[in-house]
Amino acid sequence: MLTMQSLVCERGGQGLFDPVSMAVAAGDCVELTGANGAGKSTLLRTLAGLHSRYSGSFDSADSLFQGHRLGLDGLLTPLENLAWFAGLEKQPVEQERFLDALQRAGVLAKAYAPCSELSAGQQRRVAMARWLVSSRSLWLLDEPLTALDVSGQDLLAQVITEHCALGGAVVCATHSPIKVANKRTLGLAFTSSESQTGDGYPSDDPSE
Amino acid sequence: MKALLRREWLIVLRAKGAVINPVAFLLLSTLIFVIAAPDAVGSQAVPGILWTLVLLTQLLALDGMYRRDFDSGVLEQTLVTAQVPFVAILTRIFMQWLSAGFIITILGPGLGLMLGLPAHVAGAVALSMLIGTPALSLLGSIGASVTVGFSRGGVVLALLVLPLFLPTLIFGTGLVEAALSGGNLMPQIYALSLISLVALAIAPFATLAGLKISLEMQ
Repeated sequence: MLTMQSLVCERGGQGLFDPVSMAVAAGDCVELTGANGAGKSTLLRTLAGLHSRYSGSFDSADSLFQGHRLGLDGLLTPLENLAWFAGLEKQPVEQERFLDALQRAGVLAKAYAPCSELSAGQQRRVAMARWLVSSRSLWLLDEPLTALDVSGQDLLAQVITEHCALGGAVVCATHSPIKVANKRTLGLAFTSSESQTGDGYPSDDPSE
Repeated sequence: MKALLRREWLIVLRAKGAVINPVAFLLLSTLIFVIAAPDAVGSQAVPGILWTLVLLTQLLALDGMYRRDFDSGVLEQTLVTAQVPFVAILTRIFMQWLSAGFIITILGPGLGLMLGLPAHVAGAVALSMLIGTPALSLLGSIGASVTVGFSRGGVVLALLVLPLFLPTLIFGTGLVEAALSGGNLMPQIYALSLISLVALAIAPFATLAGLKISLEMQ
């Protein structure tokens, strides 16, 4: 579903981390770890096609991307946001399915309120409802635990586990471990000095 | 496509300020001009003045074109998820034109009267704006896509886009002047149409490239 071969993301002409090689198959959940500025977000953005400066190569299936910006329009209700997103994926608009997804995510009560009126955690849950609506099998999640309460974090682990059990794959950047069994870990670090070409301060680059 | 249009339409309905503010600006600036330079009212300069005000109004309406979507992450989602982002971009440009250029076209003849243009050129004024303003939205979209990542992109946007607007200004003004002097309108109509069509051919690609660059800068 996703293969990376000596992939290094670059910012300002500098590699952010040691070359990464990994194959992610259906059913895999990969936890992406690394210190602040290690390049987790940049790696995910690269895999999603939003960042084009890298060396090495990768091959990826169509993916669902969840960045720090949630991708919810504050003027629209969660239901309308889901309808818009389904339209992007060329899925039919099925209110029932959207309502089910919102219920699963625990924000059904807010289905008809503008997203801007929702709390940060509720917005995260609406974003989670979008993953449930999506037909994409590869999920690229950037720190999805942010702002979620304890039950939200459990729900997230559950949703990810189910997605993997159904033959999907998840790559998830996170600082605190997600409660998923059989997960693999990909740690990003910058150790090699040979790839260092600039002034020798790789951690200066803000990548998150 | 339907879902995209529906979203754009809901946003226009819910963020009325985006439509009302530029229109209010156009009306106010015309009024200010009438008060500040009464000698110019009804003079040869009016077509140029009118089109300049239209340009500035478009500029004002352009600044927010992609900003909300950029800040909320909707733009990211569109580029990652949509198989053909051009549809989304063209939809956005069309709605921008509908909420700015089209309304300007409706108001144009009235503003012309305010500035002392004779009533018989009202049709030419509206026509010049109907064919000219799409070019402003399309070319402006390119500028807006490149500057959306800047926190204060407004000034840069103006510097980038105003030169691109010049051909439209020249032939839009020319069309109204030709109508005033009773000359042949066709050359100006062809030229304005050509500008808009060329802009239509270029703008979606250039906008996509601009948006990608803006998204990559963060």
